[in-house]
Amino acid sequence: MISDFLFYLFAGGATVGGLLMVTRRNPVSAVIFLIAVFFCTSGMFLLLDAHYIAAINIILYAGAIMVLFLFVIMLLNVGHADWRDLRTPFGGLVGGAVAVAFLGLLARRLIGDVAPLAGEPAAGLEALVAEQGAVGVVARPLFGEYVVVLEATGLLLLVAIVGTIFLARRESA
Amino acid sequence: MSPTLSALGTTDLLALLTSATLFSIGVMGVLLRRNAIIVFMCVELMLTAVNITLVTFSRVHGIEGQLLVFFVMAVAAAEAAVGLAIIIAIFRHYQVVDLDRFRALKW
Repeated sequence: MISDFLFYLFAGGATVGGLLMVTRRNPVSAVIFLIAVFFCTSGMFLLLDAHYIAAINIILYAGAIMVLFLFVIMLLNVGHADWRDLRTPFGGLVGGAVAVAFLGLLARRLIGDVAPLAGEPAAGLEALVAEQGAVGVVARPLFGEYVVVLEATGLLLLVAIVGTIFLARRESA
Repeated sequence: MSPTLSALGTTDLLALLTSATLFSIGVMGVLLRRNAIIVFMCVELMLTAVNITLVTFSRVHGIEGQLLVFFVMAVAAAEAAVGLAIIIAIFRHYQVVDLDRFRALKW
């Protein structure tokens, strides 16, 4: 099936892009590969019936946050690769151990009989999306049941803006 | 196989696998690199890996997973703004973005 093939393509692209991102010495190339990872994840979100999430993933992550990173690299003039910035291999060992632990947990859940996760399977998300639309299915609970959390997020963003302005201010006067 | 995972298809399992791999790559980057900006980007990669897991399980457990992804993205935006401002402030002081040189708060 074409969607399966696309999903394999996006998953492989995200993994390869992530690997290339951590191995780049130039921060600008790392940003470009991270943007590629975000586009691949957006494709995966589309195929996983999360259309709204796929859109805001591109708009917010690839469009806003990564441009912020590029601005900072440009502002600090660190967009060159003239120093080796690897630490001791200890970090690689810990990262590899985390990888093995994750894959082991996943394999154990696949083949062993461990306790099932709580909740009723198969909620029928596709029918819900067809009924309410891609945005409505997220917006209804967001502005209904979880409106307090939404307002708290707005407050958090306000605090972040104030904190950023405070940190970026020059103490010249 | 547990009921939740048997409700998921092959692509969902591949999504979980990709998510675990991306998270491990992010952990490795945070621990291995010394460039503060790249370490910060690895944190964003780990957040994205978690988002993939949340979206995958939201197919089985309902829309709340996607709502959580929304909030994760909002917090990531706030964190990126404040973190990059901190990096700029530190760069003004030390003229480098090398994490091993920032030892004022270390032992």
